[in-house]
Amino acid sequence: MDQKFIKELTAIVGNAYTLTDRESLACYKYDSTPGLESLPGAVVLPGSADEMARVMVLCSGAGVSVTPRGSGTNLSGGSIAVAGGIVLQTSRLNRILEADEENLTATVEPGVVTSALHREVEAKGLFYPPDPGSMNISTIGGNVAENSGGLRGLKYGVTADYVMGLKTILPSGELLKTGGKVVKDVAGYNLNQLLVSSEGTLGIFSEITVKLIPKPQTKKTMLVHFPVLEQAALTVSHIIAARIIPATLEFLDRVTIKCVEDYAHVGLPLDVDAVLLIEVDGHPAQVDDEAAGIRVICERHNCSFFQTAATAEEAMNLATARRVALSALARLRPTTILEDATVPRSCIAPMVKLIQETARKYKVTIGTFGHAGDGNLHPTCLTDERDKDEISRAHQAFSEIFAATIAMGGTITGEHGVGMAKKKYLPRLVGDSGIRVMRGIKSVFDPDGILNPGKIF
Amino acid sequence: MDYVKLINCMRCGMCLPHCPTYKETFLETASPRGRVALVCKVQEGELDKSELLLEYLSMCLDCQACASACPCGVNAGELVAEFTCERRAGAGLGFMEDLILRKLVPHPDRLETSMVPMRLYQRTGLQKLVRKLGILKMFPKPLERMEGLLPALPARPLRREIAEITPATGTERGTVGFFLGCVMSLIFSDASRATIKLLSSLGYKVITPKNQVCCGAPNMLAGDLAGLKEAARTNVEIFGGHRIDFIITDCGGCGAELKKYGHHLDGDLMAEAFSGKTRDISQLLALHVDELRVMLKPLPPKVTYHDPCHIAHCQGIRREPRELLKLVPGLEYRELAEADACCGSAGTYNIEKPEMSDRVLLRKVDNIRKTGADYLVTSNPGCLLQLKKALAVELPSLRVVHLTELLLMSLNA
Repeated sequence: MDQKFIKELTAIVGNAYTLTDRESLACYKYDSTPGLESLPGAVVLPGSADEMARVMVLCSGAGVSVTPRGSGTNLSGGSIAVAGGIVLQTSRLNRILEADEENLTATVEPGVVTSALHREVEAKGLFYPPDPGSMNISTIGGNVAENSGGLRGLKYGVTADYVMGLKTILPSGELLKTGGKVVKDVAGYNLNQLLVSSEGTLGIFSEITVKLIPKPQTKKTMLVHFPVLEQAALTVSHIIAARIIPATLEFLDRVTIKCVEDYAHVGLPLDVDAVLLIEVDGHPAQVDDEAAGIRVICERHNCSFFQTAATAEEAMNLATARRVALSALARLRPTTILEDATVPRSCIAPMVKLIQETARKYKVTIGTFGHAGDGNLHPTCLTDERDKDEISRAHQAFSEIFAATIAMGGTITGEHGVGMAKKKYLPRLVGDSGIRVMRGIKSVFDPDGILNPGKIF
Repeated sequence: MDYVKLINCMRCGMCLPHCPTYKETFLETASPRGRVALVCKVQEGELDKSELLLEYLSMCLDCQACASACPCGVNAGELVAEFTCERRAGAGLGFMEDLILRKLVPHPDRLETSMVPMRLYQRTGLQKLVRKLGILKMFPKPLERMEGLLPALPARPLRREIAEITPATGTERGTVGFFLGCVMSLIFSDASRATIKLLSSLGYKVITPKNQVCCGAPNMLAGDLAGLKEAARTNVEIFGGHRIDFIITDCGGCGAELKKYGHHLDGDLMAEAFSGKTRDISQLLALHVDELRVMLKPLPPKVTYHDPCHIAHCQGIRREPRELLKLVPGLEYRELAEADACCGSAGTYNIEKPEMSDRVLLRKVDNIRKTGADYLVTSNPGCLLQLKKALAVELPSLRVVHLTELLLMSLNA
């Protein structure tokens, strides 16, 4: 990179937080996406919104691209600097500015870690439901940019459902304020929602105001074993059809169960096809009612075992076990390719079956787990990046799975974003008009195309 | 180095919130994921073993909190240690390393004698004078830090004082071999004395072989694998000569190393048996909660517990120490936030990397302060040194003791 540019960058962010040595840059080539790497020219960790804005002005002027990054847990290559330029890591902007107990909102800086916000508001009897698998390290800024989902998405929705206001720094360095603490707001286009899931291509958030809700009084966590895979999938659809909306309704297949149990030792069965992890929460009477209803449905579908967690600790262990499913799967083979195809939830059973058949057809191992209750599955191919033939078969299998997903009225990505990984599938889903409108929006926000280039389309 | 172990890291980032140096810096190079990437890229030929790269790797405390957190089974701390170790092994031992690791540490007599001047220095009042005059400011920084860490030394190391056989009190239920850690014996002899007393009170005959040598962990740290294996062989042979049910240690660092002898001396059945019999003192005591419940007498203080890395992360022991403390009648146990986060001592890290060590320590001290405890209990000499020194200044009313010291207080109350 141009030395004069680096000097100016250092003048803004400071020496300690401007990284240009080969070794540091090598550590910012990747995020959590398997098989994707690209070397940035520099990395900065600004300490304030003002520094961020000045970096944006500098980069716009110099035509240097900027790739925003939180903790680098993106799963679609979203935080990889595919076009070089600089990586802007927001971790130092990590203050929780306010938890407003009168308006039930919290205002945070983008680098706040998701679980830190959970702790802060739950101590006040409040609740911020979005809980992506990586919540112990993912940042709120990244969650908003990717519209992260999580285990509680079924009942409580996803990040987008909680974003009320944003302060966004545009590539020009200008500040764009959208939304705020008001519950109703129809003044102009809903730019808030446009910025949510913009994947860092339109602006960088400097402040985020989210909606909070009262913390559920109680919850019950259940673990159910199914000897037959399809019965588990049908149970999911039938629980929803019975008008019961659990907070969490998670599915793990045999391959996943084994890996998770190897790591977490929480007593998962090794001889069944699938387990469901179900959590209901709310008023104690309602929780009891729903748990009883769920038990009836599970038994009707020939579950072999139904366990209700006796203590909060037991419940937490079960939830943690599910949370580490992805990483635990990585124990089997060096490379894990994770997808997040999402179908209408009535299609869960045919989808699970299709994934299994496709895996057999292409002779690859696919473990499936995920948020079955909201139709969002994570078929995960276990492979080895050094085996080119197998990798190519894995990609063929996923291409077929995506085609089927779209045919069922589903989407290619439920919560991980398009990034680099799913770019080629997006036109199939949104068509020419969809791409044209997206490109048009991009050009208004970022006419020079410096923000996170090479992503989405 | 096994390349597959490196690419097993799927870069999920689950280790990041557990890494003390990442939490302080937010830098990928100071995270377990980044360190694995650096080592991996050297193996792939993309990076060289540059000074800067080794400097980044040396920021690792080797606390292994990342290994506890990793769902893929990657041990970043160990991979970094193995990598730097291979490099150092290739370079051979320096003059000082050779002197300390080969000529001093494996010989308890010489090691103890080397402490005599230090003891004199403290006893004659010279220490007070030196500190008062600020003479240490004239010496290199590491020396000043080292001097400051040392608490008052016992008159004689425990190894010289303790009888080779301590009989069981009452009916004998078994025999244990006691492994004397160098630092425990030289500096924290009271704690080890408490350990032996607890063992004998529970009906164990305690054999403390006088000719046992250092566990070899310092050799491992310096990449001196030959020295480590020599130490392992010596200890295996010495303890193998006694009929014992368990080998007990009250030093987390030694315990972690002793449990790896079977691995270090691959194929040696005696070494495997040695490691198989090794228990941290808390593990053995936890087998006797029913007896202890009867024996322990009321103690009023508020107590919190700091998990040493070598106990929690390297040996997976978390439940036992807490269970034992909660046995003491009247004791109010208060859980410490981030209890299993490193205190910054980390072997010689606090001397080699003072700035980062202090940042990690400060976070620990803040968390301890929030508990409002009267006693901080831990069970590793490195943590004891580090926390005693820091808390004497930051929280003078708080006492820092080894787990067995607190239990003995209750036994004698």
